[in-house]
Amino acid sequence: MIELRQVSRHFQVGDQTVHALDRVDLAIESGEFISIMGPSGSGKSTLLNILGLLDRPTHGSYRLNGADVAKLDDSRLADQRQQNIGFVFQSFHLIPRLNARENVELPMVLAGAPMASRRERARQVLQSMGLGKRLDHRPDQLSGGERQRVAIGRAIVMNPKVLLADEPTGNLDSQSSNDVIDILHRLNRDGLSLLVVTHDPEIGGQAHRRLAMRDGRIIRDHNGASS
Amino acid sequence: MKPVDTTRLAMQSILRYPLRTSMLLLAVAIGVTAVVLLTSVGEGARRYVTGEFSSLGTNLLVVFPGKSDTTGGGAGMMIGETPRDLTVDDAMAIERSPLVSQVAPAIIGSGTASWRQREREITVLGTTSKMRSVQHWNMRAGQFLPELDMDVASPVCVLGSVVRDEFFGRADPLGQWIRIGDARCRVIGVLAQAGLTGPFNTDELVIVPVASAQQIFNATSLLRIIVEVVGNDAIKGARRDVIEIVKARHQGEEDITVVSRDAVLDTFNTIFDAITYALAGIAAISLVVAGVLIMNVMLVAVSQRTEEIGLLKALGAKQRQIIGLFLAEAVFLSMLGALVGLGFGTFAARLLNAAFPIVEFSAPPWALAAAVAIAVSSGLVFGILPARRAARLDPVEALAGR
Repeated sequence: MIELRQVSRHFQVGDQTVHALDRVDLAIESGEFISIMGPSGSGKSTLLNILGLLDRPTHGSYRLNGADVAKLDDSRLADQRQQNIGFVFQSFHLIPRLNARENVELPMVLAGAPMASRRERARQVLQSMGLGKRLDHRPDQLSGGERQRVAIGRAIVMNPKVLLADEPTGNLDSQSSNDVIDILHRLNRDGLSLLVVTHDPEIGGQAHRRLAMRDGRIIRDHNGASS
Repeated sequence: MKPVDTTRLAMQSILRYPLRTSMLLLAVAIGVTAVVLLTSVGEGARRYVTGEFSSLGTNLLVVFPGKSDTTGGGAGMMIGETPRDLTVDDAMAIERSPLVSQVAPAIIGSGTASWRQREREITVLGTTSKMRSVQHWNMRAGQFLPELDMDVASPVCVLGSVVRDEFFGRADPLGQWIRIGDARCRVIGVLAQAGLTGPFNTDELVIVPVASAQQIFNATSLLRIIVEVVGNDAIKGARRDVIEIVKARHQGEEDITVVSRDAVLDTFNTIFDAITYALAGIAAISLVVAGVLIMNVMLVAVSQRTEEIGLLKALGAKQRQIIGLFLAEAVFLSMLGALVGLGFGTFAARLLNAAFPIVEFSAPPWALAAAVAIAVSSGLVFGILPARRAARLDPVEALAGR
């Protein structure tokens, strides 16, 4: 489904060129649960951004569902993100003035979905996140775990192919973390590909495939659950 | 994204920052208020002046000595030609035209008038009994000038209401003799107070028979002849007639100017329109300033909402959708401001009306439309830069809040 070949991403910082990603090869099949671990600055986030089409590789090719997406223009990239990719962030990134349902509806609003169908869909999704009673709550009326569940709801509301999560439990207590991890597991069982960047060895360990990164390269690629 | 959703999202962010929103609304509203108010004043002045001239009556022609047109300077002066005087005989000749119903000559001079110990400079209008019916003047007391031939003098006079009050106070002026220059005349009537009617401020006048005025000022030439035409349809014919008659009497020289009320009105309309446009233009500058303010605030909004913009991009928002959202916000802000301003402006015009009931202050519809249009388009134009800046943010950096 996803195929990166010799992907590099260089940043210019002053006169120095930083190799955030250095000739990375990576193939991801549909339905995989992958964790990416590694020290800060190892290129995890850059890899995630490139996979999420938020950033473009300096060199190399990126095929998503067989199509080369490295050269698409901004508007096509936006379409790809909308249809194929869901994002979950460490800091949730909910829009504070919108309630839970409206936050979840947002991708459908951008896609131009009609009001009635997207309301129903958002309700369903939030219910499946265990937030059926929180539809009209604004983010500041929700706990951290609830916020992250709203954010996951928003990420999957368009039925993406892959969910990219950047430290999804980084701001949560352990109880909320477990809730979030359970949900991620369930989504994965339902066929969603999952790519989680994390420092948390517990989530990292639960993934079926574990990548370790250092200095912009993938230094280990383990298959099979470790525990 | 559907327009209704763009609208809703933009309105939600407008409502989220009430202080910012009210400041911007105020800025735009002040601009629109200024446009409404200033054009109301211009329009009010135009209506007032043209209304005053309308009271001249539609079927009047005014004959001036000298050839000129109403829009330029005197052509006669330019080529060094001295116009012949307009005389009482000319007036009598004009009156014989079948298209003319009556004629009132006017000669104006200033002199010192006195009654007992009181003395003041006054304006003397020499005319005939016809002037009253031509100008529709009302009497406060006594009667107007007697019906005399134009060349017959008579020692009588009619006072304007201010002149009467200043000389006589509580005394009864009728039958009293006043002195004008070297002549004496008996007061036979007082005009009702009217202010500026047509070309004269009747309140400040002393009116005497035209022949008497000629004796007082030792002059034969008339300032103007006011001609009442038999009907509105006859205006053009009468105008031609008047010119021909006077031309025949002046050795074939066309040396008079005949002005109809409409021509005067046209001139005034042109002048006041220009004034109103100028006022509107000045006021519109404040709308542009408000637009700059909108730009400033929207730029701040873009940097405040950087993460949100990054999120929208991650969720699949296209550049033009983000431009649309921010432009909609700027346009709604200016539109709301414009509506508030229309309210303020109309209210202020009402207050002016209450304070000065004599003038009708109300903004012309084009000014209302233009004010709103300029406000909204300045919101649009000045919203473009911030909106484009938002749309071009790099999503990775925006999400990181950089």
